Amino acid sequence: MKFLFDRDTWQEVYDSLTKNKLRSILTMVGVWWGILLLIGLLGSARGLENSFNRLFGSFATNSVFVWGQSTGMPFKGFQEGRQVQLSLSDAIKIEENVEGIEFVVPRNITRSLVVHGFLSGTFGVYGDYPLLDQVQKKKMQYGRFINQNDIDDNKKVVVISESIYKQLFEKDAEAIGEYIQINGINFKIIGMFANDNMSGGPRADMHIPFTTFQQVYNQGDRIGWMMITGKPEFDIRQLERDAKLLLKNLNNIHPEDKRAFGSFNLGKEFGKLTGFLTGMQFLTWFVGIATLIAGVFAIGNILLITVKERTKEIGVRRALGATPFEIKRQIVVEAVFITLVAGLLGIISGGWILILIDKLAGQGPDATLVNASVSIAIVFVALIILIILGTLIGLIPAFKATSVKPIDALREE
Amino acid sequence: MLKIEKLHKSYPIGDSSLHVLKGIDLSVEEGEMVAIMGSSGSGKSTLLNIIGMLDEADEGSYTLDNVPIKDLTEKKAAVYRNKFLGFIFQSFNLINYKTAVENVALPLYYQGQNRKERIEKAMFHLGKVGLRDWAKHLPNELSGGQKQRVAIARALAANPKLLLADEPTGALDTTTSHEIMEFIQSLNDEGKTILMVTHEEDIAQMCKRIVRLKDGVIMEDTKVTQVRASAHV
Repeated sequence: MKFLFDRDTWQEVYDSLTKNKLRSILTMVGVWWGILLLIGLLGSARGLENSFNRLFGSFATNSVFVWGQSTGMPFKGFQEGRQVQLSLSDAIKIEENVEGIEFVVPRNITRSLVVHGFLSGTFGVYGDYPLLDQVQKKKMQYGRFINQNDIDDNKKVVVISESIYKQLFEKDAEAIGEYIQINGINFKIIGMFANDNMSGGPRADMHIPFTTFQQVYNQGDRIGWMMITGKPEFDIRQLERDAKLLLKNLNNIHPEDKRAFGSFNLGKEFGKLTGFLTGMQFLTWFVGIATLIAGVFAIGNILLITVKERTKEIGVRRALGATPFEIKRQIVVEAVFITLVAGLLGIISGGWILILIDKLAGQGPDATLVNASVSIAIVFVALIILIILGTLIGLIPAFKATSVKPIDALREE
Repeated sequence: MLKIEKLHKSYPIGDSSLHVLKGIDLSVEEGEMVAIMGSSGSGKSTLLNIIGMLDEADEGSYTLDNVPIKDLTEKKAAVYRNKFLGFIFQSFNLINYKTAVENVALPLYYQGQNRKERIEKAMFHLGKVGLRDWAKHLPNELSGGQKQRVAIARALAANPKLLLADEPTGALDTTTSHEIMEFIQSLNDEGKTILMVTHEEDIAQMCKRIVRLKDGVIMEDTKVTQVRASAHV
């Protein structure tokens, strides 16, 4: 390994590369382009993944929404076309009986006139349990979300979104602790949350305690829909089937009835998306590595020509006592050096590309590529691949160089 | 110092083969200065290449400084060349992107000496050939005679037992040739054993012994009275 720190080794590499600047540069372009592509593509793929994650970030993605519709088949004396109404007890039974359930969140919604002073509007009002905050994280800007105490005491409190605040309050006015009228009843504002990128249903305007909702709107046991989240290791599609079967059983609905319950399986859709992302990442690696290999072959090709041109010089060196190993080593070092320099330049310019992508497409809340980046580990892997490929490709011209007998090499003109 | 017995060498040409050396017997003592003469195709270069371990004989024995030279691997040959031999070529064969001093230091590099030591020795040998001031110049900035002197310094750098010169004056004009020969003679005066191939009669007369080759055999092997090159300069 001593030769790696010898000035002469590098002098030789420097000389042989600078003697043919244009050729060296053209050679390096191949590898440089390959690694640039790899970094750029991987970074973009990561950016896309990040932006999806940001979109779904506050959301339990392994989840399904289920609501009642009207039956499509007659069963047990009931005619088809009967309205199906989910109830709180359905939700509780699902949570108790279906395997792999993490949470079942029953929800209600209605639209009501909301008044604050002289300002008013009609907004969606949700009746919710504190659990909602676990499956669909609210970004609280002020105050808090509904808690168990509010549920137990049927408190008349409300959590509003930022956009409601803007519509009902003067600029910079204090909202927490203020009262607004919903359906003619005063509710105390206890919190305000930032608008979501993704809401899973109608736009989230304001949340009041579930029990308060039951009372105010005279809902009794009825619920609008429920959100079922599964534990990460369970298949959400199976959970959906199990839950629906149980619901049909509880509500006297034919087991084959496909129309009775509507559902939206977020987990399934999300799975498609992540599958697409994985595919894209595979493609990125494939394209990047293939380009890299092409670049490395270009280096091998050029070195082969160089060696041919230097036949006589190599002959002289051997006459002066250079062993074949020393000649080979020199050429391999050249190959590795040139690949490594080209690779490092590629990594640096790849970084610039990612910075540019971030500037152009990575700013603001609606960015298509969020934090487009490549991990250091991947960069190291790419470098190691480069060193290995450089060594392997350098061996070809190296063996070519020493395959000529010194006597023939010296005769070469 | 050097002993060759019944040396044969032939080169394959298509299906047949060309018998170049047909049983050469030659022995050279230490301190001799031998010219190998002959027309082209007489086998003189082949003989020099075999002595220089750049080529291998088909038959016969070759002993250099009591070391039998046979069954050489490339690596062994490289080590022997480095240790025993110094080469001077007709076309100088300097490495054109290296300065004079770097060229001279090259054999020492392959001996594994450190840079400081190499440069020091190379400068000493450049001084001997009178080119100390040209140490930092590239070969294409030197005249033909200067180039050959750098090549001689390079051949001397590793302090070899035997100097092999293949038409050392072949690419030089008469005056420069005589300068180079004068220098080679002074090396011989200091005790270096020198073997050179030439086809110029006046250059051969400046050696102490002339071996004439024809069609792969030694026709004549005579000691001559050395003509001092300084007489011509």
